Amino acid sequence: MLRILSKIQRIGIITEPMPATDQAVLEQVGQQLRDRVGEQFGGSLAIREVDAGSCNGCELEIHALNNPYYGIERFGVHFVASPRHADMLLVTGPVSRHMEAALRRTYDATPEPKLVIAVGECGANGGEFGVSYASCGAVANVIPVDAVIRGCPPTPLNLMRGILEAVAKRSP
Amino acid sequence: MNEAWIDALLELLAQRGIPVTPLSWSGPTPTRLISVEADDWGTLAREIKAADGRWVAGFGDWIEPRAARQGSRDGGFGEDRGENLVINACFEKNGAYLLARTAVERTTPLLPSHTPAFAAADRPERHTQDMLGVAFSDHPDARRWTRHQAWKDKDFPLRKNFPAAGQVTGPTAPDDRYRFLAAHGLGVYEIPVGPVHAGIIEPGHFRFQAVGEMVLNLEEHLGYVHKGIEKIAEGRDADGLARLAARVSGDTTVAHGWAACMAMERAAGHEIPTRAHALRALMCERERVANHLGDIGAILNDIAFTFGFYQFGRLREDWTRLSGQSFGHRFMMDRVIPGGVSTGINDAHRSAMLHQITKMRPDIQGLMAIIDDNASVEDRIDTTGYLSPEQAKGFGAIGYVGRASNVDFDVRRDAPYAPYDRLQVNVPVYHYGDVAARIKVRFHEILASFELIEQILASLPDGLIATAWRQPPAGAEGLGMVEGFRGEILTYVRFGEDGRIARFYPRDPSWLTWPALEKLVRDNIVPDFPVCNKSVNGSYSGHDL
Repeated sequence: MLRILSKIQRIGIITEPMPATDQAVLEQVGQQLRDRVGEQFGGSLAIREVDAGSCNGCELEIHALNNPYYGIERFGVHFVASPRHADMLLVTGPVSRHMEAALRRTYDATPEPKLVIAVGECGANGGEFGVSYASCGAVANVIPVDAVIRGCPPTPLNLMRGILEAVAKRSP
Repeated sequence: MNEAWIDALLELLAQRGIPVTPLSWSGPTPTRLISVEADDWGTLAREIKAADGRWVAGFGDWIEPRAARQGSRDGGFGEDRGENLVINACFEKNGAYLLARTAVERTTPLLPSHTPAFAAADRPERHTQDMLGVAFSDHPDARRWTRHQAWKDKDFPLRKNFPAAGQVTGPTAPDDRYRFLAAHGLGVYEIPVGPVHAGIIEPGHFRFQAVGEMVLNLEEHLGYVHKGIEKIAEGRDADGLARLAARVSGDTTVAHGWAACMAMERAAGHEIPTRAHALRALMCERERVANHLGDIGAILNDIAFTFGFYQFGRLREDWTRLSGQSFGHRFMMDRVIPGGVSTGINDAHRSAMLHQITKMRPDIQGLMAIIDDNASVEDRIDTTGYLSPEQAKGFGAIGYVGRASNVDFDVRRDAPYAPYDRLQVNVPVYHYGDVAARIKVRFHEILASFELIEQILASLPDGLIATAWRQPPAGAEGLGMVEGFRGEILTYVRFGEDGRIARFYPRDPSWLTWPALEKLVRDNIVPDFPVCNKSVNGSYSGHDL
């Protein structure tokens, strides 16, 4: 136990402030986020992540949002286990045809008001996989999408920006 | 690598009067290639089983009548019968691989199954059945596997008359009629889980039969992230295939990219610079370490030891950032290209990597000491999810799942490819087969990868990082084997006209570890399923294709 405590003390808090270069933009987004999340989501934004056919690359970077460097929970954003608890769906793609029904059902199970973000090149436009007998392509081909975060995969920082911007953009 | 077992096998088959035709590759694929008659397909598997060989992979192919004749002893397929289907199966023993193939007529595609001899062949054969329409006569399980409801049961996506766009008429129906094994009795109940899971993970369906908290049986139903990778690979050029291969499984982007490029380069007889070999291995080892760090953290999270989760998450992020700074992409995606690699590193990157290892090694050893001494961690991982050495061998399990259950195989050491043929590869093996052993293997693999990275960086060759790709003639084919973080990846590539891909089959190691998960979770409590699952960490995308 002592070793655990000493390790924790030695490592300290490593959570980073947003990079200085984007400070102005992010402060603005952060302010809007606090306002909007406050108004629309009772001060906390619950995200349900849905892998609708991804290669798992996007998931790794979404995971990273919860590591101690990015610590996305400090913005009142957390990931939940059920769409019924969610304000936002973070959907990676391409949407495989075998996941089409599950994605629709997940969307239907998410209470209004809800936001949908399509993540990654595949979620945005089908990426390397496009539309085929097995793939519906972009998330927007299956459910309504409010915002898109591009990248293959998007970096954790870009994911964070995308989530903040999507919330800020939404009018109450 | 010792091919004596193959010679002994061929001699035995000759004594039995079973005709075998040796074939040759278009390029330097170091794998023996033979063809046998369709009727002898089952016998071949039984003999290899008797010789203690391992079933590695199986995949079908469509081939032009002319080429198909070459694969048949007496050339007995007339032009008028049109297309023929070629079925391949790959075996390994003592690091020596054997690829066997046979052909069946498209009109009566029936073949003896390898599943009675090798459990590992079960799902791959069902995949071939769904994708190419080959029936395996004595297969113990006739159910579909990869196909859900996106195409009809008489349609086969890998047949030439099946358009890549398919014949989509509307939304795809949910696959809610798959026939799971059922259990009956007092107090027996079912838990359906997925395809959308509670965590940030890939989709698949798990059907549990349980009594109280005890798992009686688990059945997996995968295929949800089937993206038609094999079909949409057709017609791509070499660069396009490398990009697709890099997205077979995002966590294995380097190793899958490497295996595909290795297969293409062998098909084309294309030599790559020694610096490119070294950089590929450097990236592959970095990928292995990143995944092991992340997964050890995630396993600890699944047993609510959040200290470990955050510490290993921190280390993974440190590691991933340096990969990003050195190679321009946090996962080093698309850095392996046909003919070499697309990014070099400079001296600053080299020093940073060496410095990082010096710093991280004691950090990880310290963390493992804490984990080892923690009674509550021990309580959750010791004896949990036990896979016996016999079971692991029976399933053909490889990678850390195999190595935690005494399956002592690693492509880098046993069938070495450049640059590992000049490096010292340490392979940790344990026999006690539980979650703790799988963590232990991964921990020691991290340390082994550190040593490999140090060896690579100590003698990083100068020179070019790639040579210009020259497209091979139609019919050129090659096989690539790479030890990814989950274990052996096998990738087959065949070229058609104009340097375009005619067939691409990447066999992710997950094909051989998913079945082991069903077994090792039995008699565990349902709440231990997540930690059992994470300790195996099969890829859904790499499996579903």
